[in-house]
Amino acid sequence: MDNVDDGSVITRQGLQCLLDALAQRGYTVVGPTVRDQAIVYEELARTDELPAGWTDEQDGGHYRLKRRSDEALFGYAVGPHSWKRFLHPPKVSLWQATRNGDELRFVPARDEPPRYAFIGVRACELAAISIQDRVLMGDEYADPHYRSRREQAFLVALNCSEAGGTCFCDSMNTGPDVKEGYDLVLTELLDGDNHLFLIRSGSEEGAEILAELPREPATEAHQAAATAVVEKTRSQMGRSMPQTAIPALLMDNLEHPRWDEVADRCLSCSNCTMVCPTCFCTTVEDTSDLEGVTAERSRRWDSCFTSDFSYIHGGSVRSSTRSRYRQWMTHKLATWVDQFGTSGCVGCGRCITWCPVGIDITEEVRAIHDDVSSRDKE
Amino acid sequence: MARSDQKPRLGVWKFASCDGCQLTLLDCEDELLQVAGAVDIAYFPEATRGSVRGTYDLSLVEGSITTLHDAERIQDVRRRSRTLVTIGACATAGGIQALRNFADIDDFMAAVYAHPEYIETLSTSTPIADHVPVDFELRGCPISKQQLLEVLSAYLCGRRPVTPAHSVCLDCKLRGNVCVMVAHGTPCLGPMTHSGCNALCPSYNRGCYGCYGPKENPNAPALSERLDQLGMGRAERLRFYRTFNAWAGPFREESERHEP
Ligand code: SF4
Ligand code: SF4
Ligand code: SF4
Ligand code: SF4
Ligand code: SF4
Repeated sequence: MDNVDDGSVITRQGLQCLLDALAQRGYTVVGPTVRDQAIVYEELARTDELPAGWTDEQDGGHYRLKRRSDEALFGYAVGPHSWKRFLHPPKVSLWQATRNGDELRFVPARDEPPRYAFIGVRACELAAISIQDRVLMGDEYADPHYRSRREQAFLVALNCSEAGGTCFCDSMNTGPDVKEGYDLVLTELLDGDNHLFLIRSGSEEGAEILAELPREPATEAHQAAATAVVEKTRSQMGRSMPQTAIPALLMDNLEHPRWDEVADRCLSCSNCTMVCPTCFCTTVEDTSDLEGVTAERSRRWDSCFTSDFSYIHGGSVRSSTRSRYRQWMTHKLATWVDQFGTSGCVGCGRCITWCPVGIDITEEVRAIHDDVSSRDKE
Repeated sequence: MARSDQKPRLGVWKFASCDGCQLTLLDCEDELLQVAGAVDIAYFPEATRGSVRGTYDLSLVEGSITTLHDAERIQDVRRRSRTLVTIGACATAGGIQALRNFADIDDFMAAVYAHPEYIETLSTSTPIADHVPVDFELRGCPISKQQLLEVLSAYLCGRRPVTPAHSVCLDCKLRGNVCVMVAHGTPCLGPMTHSGCNALCPSYNRGCYGCYGPKENPNAPALSERLDQLGMGRAERLRFYRTFNAWAGPFREESERHEP
């Protein structure tokens, strides 16, 4: 096997060989595709299912697919889905119980997830996966459902060639360049009709698969072009997070009037938490059948924007939208650090784009920051 | 908890409504036999010829109160029922017929009937809970079959039904839908509407019409502002809020804010 880690280049046909190689190894291949006027993640088999020639226009509460002037396969920013849907699924059955006379039998639900291969995992998404790794399997209380999916997953990462209008990974130090945690990483290089992908491996299995692909060694010009792609993306960030000690800023201003102001606009609809690739909260639901013979416990995504989320004996702890928005933002940006050692935000911008009223987490931080620093100056 | 041999007596009652919610029970084809096995369907005019005698362990009440006669009849139903569950937008919010609450009933009658003098009706259509204490309200126009079965199953084993009060958006995201409001600019009531339909309309690229009424803690004025930005005018918004759940608090207040 030659040394593939110096980088190789493959063509679009080579990319098809990659999809085939993964399928052959028994992976369920999931990647970006166009559905319902957005780029979503779904199972795919062929490169022509990728969003060739499409990009997106993103802003607070706004997403539109747009035609590109070229045939780039990955010329868009992240959409409404994240890999969380596959690694930490929205609904999971936990167990069933059946009653036979006076005897009760509990049977754990069979959970035999597919081995996933993800195509086009962005830097911010790798960071989000590593955060969920910490949360869901980082200590002795691992979630078996997450772990069984995660440990088998094969990640084909992607250096971003396009930042979206709500991306701010650069200011969260998570992107747009892929640094670690992948099996293979691609950079799409488009030069007129010359459509290539610089590819590098980051794991043994990645190297094995790469060795099977038709490829050419990458030249210095390819490497330079790939660096230029990422640097151009870095200069296009649609948003940025204020560079300040955010945990202290928020925790010192829990009664700031800005929380009331944002609560006036917030619908408490939970979209931000659902689309966030790091939010992990779930609730359990118990149901039983009409005959009272079988019962089932299942788990589904929940959100700190619902009243049930903080319901304890006597009522909901967070009944106001103000307290819910504050919970979400302080958890993402402040208490997450105490809990898990990093920020809970990777700067993917999904919560901004998919908030129906376009509430912008960077703008909310900036509002408190600017107000506090202007008062400090007085 | 072992069940007693005595099956609970079920009554299904109709007030001003279209029958759609009661028919949901008949629509439970696969489960209907199970239902009949678990409860004694003692009064259900849509399905059987029963009598209004005796008492009922569980009453499902469909429809709103629009006549004096019904206002008295619901008192009788309540007296005869150990547990009373209202089903559907008519029973829980007054239904589409609550549009009369915003107008002059005499004008309506004159427009619809050749001899309005023969019509005896109240000037309002109101939910059952305005008249008698209600143990549980199941929303929807019509109600969902799964939710009805869940309410019955929960009742039978004495647990709380799983009918969460969160937004349609949460279910929409569980399903992996692309948001029609954000990605298509289609007005959607999902962010203020109670869960229950499993985000049916957005799953077919339509905006939510609010069939399940307000979710807990809705913020209609903020949604109106967004609808306005999407190009939905004031009069259109008024009509958007004023449908099956027009009389439900947050929908009512928001539509009234939009009156000329
Ligand atoms: S908080 Fe928003 S920007 Fe940050 S990771 Fe979550 S969805 Fe992305
Ligand atoms: S922000 Fe809310 S939903 Fe997300 S992880 Fe924190 S508590 Fe859970
Ligand atoms: S946030 Fe950064 S890494 Fe994520 S899609 Fe945007 S540019 Fe790429
Ligand atoms: S911030 Fe936006 S997405 Fe999140 S709950 Fe509020 S309105 Fe919904
Ligand atoms: S389509 Fe409607 S219900 Fe679904 S997330 Fe968007 S606003 Fe909410």
